[in-house]
Amino acid sequence: MPASGADGARVIPISAARGAPPPGPSDERLAELFAFLRRRVSGEYEVDEFGFDPELNDKVLLELIRPLYHHWFRVETLGLENVPADSGALVVANHSGTLPVDALMMQVALHDEAKRPVRLLGAHLVYQLPVLGHLARKTGHTLATPEDADRLLRKGELVGVFPEGFKGVGKPFSERYKLQRFGRGGFVASAIRAGVPIVPCAIVGAEEIYPKVGDFQTLARLLGVPYLPITPFFPWLGLLGLIPLPSKWLIEFGEPIRTDEFDPDEADDPMLVFNLTDQVRETIQQRLNALRLRRGHAFPPLF
Amino acid sequence: MTHTVLVTGVSRHIGARLATALAADPGIDRVIGVDTVPPPSPARDGGAPLGRTEFVRVDLRSPDIAQVIAAADVDTVVHMSLVSGPAQSRSAMKEHNVIGTMQLLAACQRSATVRRVVVRSTTAVYGSSPHAPAVFTEDTEPVDVSHSGYAKDAHEIEGYARGFARRRPDVATSTLRFANFMGAGIDSPLTRYFSQPVLTTVFGFDPRLQFVHEDDAVEVLRRMAVEDHPGVFNVAGDGVLLLSQCARRAGRPAVPVPSPAFRVLGGLARNAGLVDFSPEQIVLLLHGRAVDTTRLSAELGWKPKYSTAAAFDDFLRSRGIGGDLQVAMVDWLSGLATRW
Repeated sequence: MPASGADGARVIPISAARGAPPPGPSDERLAELFAFLRRRVSGEYEVDEFGFDPELNDKVLLELIRPLYHHWFRVETLGLENVPADSGALVVANHSGTLPVDALMMQVALHDEAKRPVRLLGAHLVYQLPVLGHLARKTGHTLATPEDADRLLRKGELVGVFPEGFKGVGKPFSERYKLQRFGRGGFVASAIRAGVPIVPCAIVGAEEIYPKVGDFQTLARLLGVPYLPITPFFPWLGLLGLIPLPSKWLIEFGEPIRTDEFDPDEADDPMLVFNLTDQVRETIQQRLNALRLRRGHAFPPLF
Repeated sequence: MTHTVLVTGVSRHIGARLATALAADPGIDRVIGVDTVPPPSPARDGGAPLGRTEFVRVDLRSPDIAQVIAAADVDTVVHMSLVSGPAQSRSAMKEHNVIGTMQLLAACQRSATVRRVVVRSTTAVYGSSPHAPAVFTEDTEPVDVSHSGYAKDAHEIEGYARGFARRRPDVATSTLRFANFMGAGIDSPLTRYFSQPVLTTVFGFDPRLQFVHEDDAVEVLRRMAVEDHPGVFNVAGDGVLLLSQCARRAGRPAVPVPSPAFRVLGGLARNAGLVDFSPEQIVLLLHGRAVDTTRLSAELGWKPKYSTAAAFDDFLRSRGIGGDLQVAMVDWLSGLATRW
């Protein structure tokens, strides 16, 4: 990772060096940086069976998006106590924003504030593309299949899912904060099989980053992507139009919905799965409405 | 209970090592090794010493194998004769793999003495695909079944093994899906790939790879040959290595090329006889593959001695691969910086 040097240096904790001033924290940091580089260059680091590289994720990849989290979107989190500290859970969130920036922000929120790496379940499209698919694996994510979801939950991981999928992330601006259909409820079945709680998560702010007002449908079909958005700035301003608008974000984690009172076999009961899916969806919709009121304008300094 | 063990594919490395291990077991009366070619002699070609193994040269595609089984009262058959490299032509490889297995299993079905059959297969039966789960268990249905090559052969062989197990429920039939072998004696397309001075990789892809050390592979086969463990089992070292990690551990520069170019280069290298790069290897280097081995460790009460990483490191050590240039550069820089 040749590009990692500068980013790696910034995040190395200096707390260990506080007791001994003479060597100076910079020496300590430098030593850590070189130890990090040495590990990376010699390949002596661990990657889990899904391809998750925790060190690369924390020191390089998340470091690249942290400024966006803190300074651009000024993300505020609520209800972090609802995220289990060390056991398996399924975080279910609304999906919006034309590009899945909300997934990245949720990842930073859970990694840095709840101290838990989140393992997101992503679309097939992501894993077909070069670079993106393998970066997604390195940051801990995997393909949304029941097998992978079950496996991660059984291992006690925190799994995140956006059941609306492309219907949610690609919906027009006029439909903002209106939850779309929640897939087929496969995520609920996985939670029941593993007996882990479902943590509903509401994300406010992502809807305004790329207001999608139109769609090049024919071109999108030609390119094999689900949609090709038109926003007030894209494609008119070219690459500049890809800069997300600096909306104010709130991410709330709601009270966990328990599934351990069900028998794992009940995951095959469609009625139970539908009802639970609806319950999760209703909860998120309510929290979205409340959070939107609480936030007020999307671009506070301007209004 | 075990008296006579027949090992096919004994002229190849793992088959020979298994025969040696079985020959060293006093509980086994006879070890019969069969193959289409004679084993390499230990003195001249560096082949493994086969101990008291009796070698019979049989073409598995012919019904002669039935006579060997009948004549020697064989009770255990370990079928290792699965060719992965396109040594001659694709059709010859398929003949050898598929027709050979059919003949062998037909002979076992007729035999009144055979009590145990172990069939070597490969994790390549799961394919490599971005649409598949990240970790395959024995029950995972492959998403993209390979339509050609080694993986398809293995898929068909497993089909015949399943059919045999159904028709002869009194015979313990084990199918072992091995990850890629690694170790000092292994000569496979993948070990040849890692022995190159520069590793060509596919731009934007960093596959997860899994290896099984040859010692562990031989141990699993030996256990399967002397005990009844019917079923299908994945065999792999713990953990995974990314291709980029392998390249770094080998100290070899990785040169990413776009995937169409990679396919063309792979084909060229194959034609030139440099590396055997079959289409399966190419998709493996795109999407990778990892398998779950809980079933095997639960069944045998045993864990592989070598993890995937340890198996790969052992392979590198045995070949003297391992450039320390990059590490030395980091150390030099760090020395420079701290002296400052």
